[in-house]
Amino acid sequence: MYRYDAIDHRIVRERVEEFRDQTRRFLAGELSEDEFRPLRLMNGLYIQRLAPMLRVAIPYGHLSSTQLRKLADIARRYDKGYGHFTTRQNLQYNWPTLESVPDILAELAEVEMHAIQTSGNCVRNTTTDAFAGVAADELIDPRPYCEIIRQWSTLHPEFAYLPRKFKIAVSGAVEDRAATLVHDIGLHVVKNAAGEVGFKVIVGGGLGRTPIIGEVVREFLPTEHLLTYLDAILRVYNRFGRRDNKYKARIKILVKALTVEGFAAKVEEEWSHLKDGPATIRPEDVAHYASFFTAPAYESLSGSPAEFAAKLAEQPAFARWVERNTRAHRQSGYRSVVLSLKKTGVPPGDASDAQMDAVADWADRFGFGEIRVAHEQNLILPDVKERDLFVLWELAKQQGFATPNVGLLTDIICCPGGDFCSLANAKSIPVAEAIQQRFDDFDYLNDLGEIDLNMSGCMNACGHHHVGHIGILGVDKNGEEWYQITLGGSQGNQTSLGKVIGPSFARAQMPDVIEKILSVYVEQRQQGERFIEAVRRLGITPFKERVYAKDH
Amino acid sequence: MQKIIKDGAIVTDDWVRLPLAEDGTVANVPQDSDVIVPLAAWLAEPQRWQSRVGRTAVWLAPDDDPAKLAASLDRLPLVAVDFPAFADGRGYSIGRLLRERYNYAGELRALGDVGQDQLHYLWQVGFNAFEIKPSQNIELALQALARFSERYQATFREPEPLFRRRVTGE
Ligand code: SF4
Repeated sequence: MYRYDAIDHRIVRERVEEFRDQTRRFLAGELSEDEFRPLRLMNGLYIQRLAPMLRVAIPYGHLSSTQLRKLADIARRYDKGYGHFTTRQNLQYNWPTLESVPDILAELAEVEMHAIQTSGNCVRNTTTDAFAGVAADELIDPRPYCEIIRQWSTLHPEFAYLPRKFKIAVSGAVEDRAATLVHDIGLHVVKNAAGEVGFKVIVGGGLGRTPIIGEVVREFLPTEHLLTYLDAILRVYNRFGRRDNKYKARIKILVKALTVEGFAAKVEEEWSHLKDGPATIRPEDVAHYASFFTAPAYESLSGSPAEFAAKLAEQPAFARWVERNTRAHRQSGYRSVVLSLKKTGVPPGDASDAQMDAVADWADRFGFGEIRVAHEQNLILPDVKERDLFVLWELAKQQGFATPNVGLLTDIICCPGGDFCSLANAKSIPVAEAIQQRFDDFDYLNDLGEIDLNMSGCMNACGHHHVGHIGILGVDKNGEEWYQITLGGSQGNQTSLGKVIGPSFARAQMPDVIEKILSVYVEQRQQGERFIEAVRRLGITPFKERVYAKDH
Repeated sequence: MQKIIKDGAIVTDDWVRLPLAEDGTVANVPQDSDVIVPLAAWLAEPQRWQSRVGRTAVWLAPDDDPAKLAASLDRLPLVAVDFPAFADGRGYSIGRLLRERYNYAGELRALGDVGQDQLHYLWQVGFNAFEIKPSQNIELALQALARFSERYQATFREPEPLFRRRVTGE
């Protein structure tokens, strides 16, 4: 993984000192709340319902065991002993004091971490495929480019005060696991007819209040032009994006207003001045960043060793976990392990300090000291030998990280909602828990197969409800918490936005409603048909009829 | 007389910015004063401004197009960009365009809601003069100008981005 050099360290340390000074000036009354707000947001600090919330950047979801131990240590000493992994592969602390934040940042800087631009109207943490570098369907490893983009976007002097937040996602594989179609910019690695690698550039996707699927502004951008092209897009957005209404300030609104052709023409015009300029990436530059992401020292192993095969045969629970929570690896004899942070009764994405320490230990013991954060709010150990899986499984069970539900109904993506977030219309965590409690039978869950259930506490859509096969949105009706359901959303290559099925429900009704939706699927599915495929084939009507049928 | 930051030092200065009145005009001012006039006024009455004894400069609002000033740039001793609110970042792009696309070499001044937390970025995109808002201490603002000793991007001050300098090893 990428390692800081002396300059990276210096930049982050200088940013910590700047923020320390900004915090001091605010506490001393030299900066007003209005002046301090954008400054603290640009450093990931919100003032939440109960306390400040600090969001720490985990660049493209990559963590070393040392970094994860530091995150655990900070949770222990500055927070209430846990952290929350988000859908943007970051970590949030819910209980630090404002005064302690500069010290937390200084500690993070020691392990090459920061909170720069994890919030505010600027370019946010770039996200990518959690299986980057190990996925079997990868065209190129996107991580060197993610790091190049991370550096380009960090403290970019021209783009620190954009009309609104700005999110970039990169996918290097055939299957888009980075949700590139619902980001401000999605970069999808493609090969052209000549076999050259470049990026398909998608602009203007996004969830939130006005969910829109991004549109292609350039089918093929040679990789060397990545940064000059990004500069051109950002400049057009910075100059012409709306600033009069924060609900119309995202780039998607500008793209719609200009039409995608009109927007692309403006970008191309701007780019014609920047193209081939000094920010053009030379092969030796790519090589420099790629040198940090070489394959670790894998042993050459044959697949499915006898002791592993034997355990699979003897222990159905282990076999179920391997099937659900591990993924094929490029290297024979290895698999990637998804640690489920979706145990019933624990807020989705939360991990305690002890759990983080344990995961860091497993990463050292079984892998190469690396951990990934998936945007589904799970943790991934990318390189585990098949013969170690049984031992790891037993350890993960002790920590509550072995629930065999990855990709299933109870692997719920869920924002912190009304328990923590001051913007929420409704709580989300108790609804997730009620659904997990209702559907706790793994045979039934497995029979239902892959279902993405995503939930957000308000239309800001941090829980990506629009792209859940089943989406749940917290709404406010006369001061009461209600929940609206959408069906048919999906992420990946076939990204679609869910449709609202009808009037919203009270919290207590939610498990029943979900059960009714699933019963329609179970009755009407065809051989091998997944839930989302059934919804696409049947439309939402049969689900709607069942859910809103008068009680008999 | 006001104090501003220019080229890394605190200096006094007599330039007066003239606002654009509701009706699109600019008030009459003494012939020998140094004034910064709105772009619209500059474009509307070139004779009026060029025949003055005192110096005339132009200021741009965030939604002004710097291209419209391109033809005048070699005659202007100063161009200013207004930041009506510090969270309005359009002026940063305007600064770069003036410097990098239209090769403006004179004084480029940031005015309006300008304080110490913006100075480093403003300097990088090409501004060299800053009217600091009255609520902030100008000496502290001067110190903040040197807050960051490095940056990643290609900027006006440092066209060679860090990723290239790293590999080239200079
Ligand atoms: S979706 Fe709404 S409630 Fe949930 S975290 Fe985001 S802003 Fe808060």
